[in-house]
Amino acid sequence: MIEEIVLMKGYGLYVWSAFSFTLVSFAVLYTLIKTNLVREQNKFSSKYLLLNKEKAELAIKQSANKEILANRISSVI
Amino acid sequence: MIKLFETNKIFLITSKSQKYVFFIFVIVLCIGLTESLFLSPEDYIQSHSVRIMYVHVPSAWISIGIFSLIALLSVGSFVFKNKNFLLVSKSLAPSGFVFNIIALVTGSIWGKPTWGTWWAWDARITSMLILLIFYLLYILAWRIFDEKEKVTKITSIIAIIGAINVPIIKFSVDWWSTLHQNSSVNILSDTSIHPSMLFPLLIMTVAFSLFSLLIFLMKYNTELIKIKNKGLDRL
Repeated sequence: MIEEIVLMKGYGLYVWSAFSFTLVSFAVLYTLIKTNLVREQNKFSSKYLLLNKEKAELAIKQSANKEILANRISSVI
Repeated sequence: MIKLFETNKIFLITSKSQKYVFFIFVIVLCIGLTESLFLSPEDYIQSHSVRIMYVHVPSAWISIGIFSLIALLSVGSFVFKNKNFLLVSKSLAPSGFVFNIIALVTGSIWGKPTWGTWWAWDARITSMLILLIFYLLYILAWRIFDEKEKVTKITSIIAIIGAINVPIIKFSVDWWSTLHQNSSVNILSDTSIHPSMLFPLLIMTVAFSLFSLLIFLMKYNTELIKIKNKGLDRL
């Protein structure tokens, strides 16, 4: 049964390599995009921490800025 | 109309939807992989090699679809002068590019047991390779040019010229004698593929669409945060 799934009547190498290539491409693209997103989030929060009190209060008034800071902390996926 | 494209509101939606899309994608992909690798029947001529279709065809469909969308949005940005259209196009490009590569590589792997060759300068394959070049030019243009006006013009021109290739890809099998067969899945006419194979194909198409949506959301959020970063500098 397992041998049949792996070998697929001699086509296993082609089928498994096509599926593997697809999944590896997904993983690479996801990692690259995620790394960039986290980098920008980190850049944003470090810039925010350098702001003086008045500017920080002004910045946090924007809902999107609040969301970026919240996402940076709870970024799991 | 303008309120609809307000970046703050969009960001709230896109940042929250990311994790939900991720979870749905994982579930649909698992179902799709089980269906396409284990449950779907083998073909009476191609045997198990037909399973490559479940990654090859959705990848090709999505890469063509994304490029068409990029071209439409580029025209839209010219007509409506809306910068958000370009930001959406820019965020769509990476997944379209990767799906184009997947379509070419898996097609090549499928070609060896089916046609006896890894590559042929067949009209469908060549036009897909040209699409890949347009994707590459489009992504490179965003990286090379800094000036906003210039990059807007150049990327839009690349997308609009590249869009000419889209109907060529679609009708290449009808216009020229190619190794590829005519399309088996049709929206407007009869579909010749058996439901036992059509079902996993559609599931995988949904899974791949969800993946490109996920990548789009992440890339789009990255671009919006970049804008917000510049906003902090201006405070």
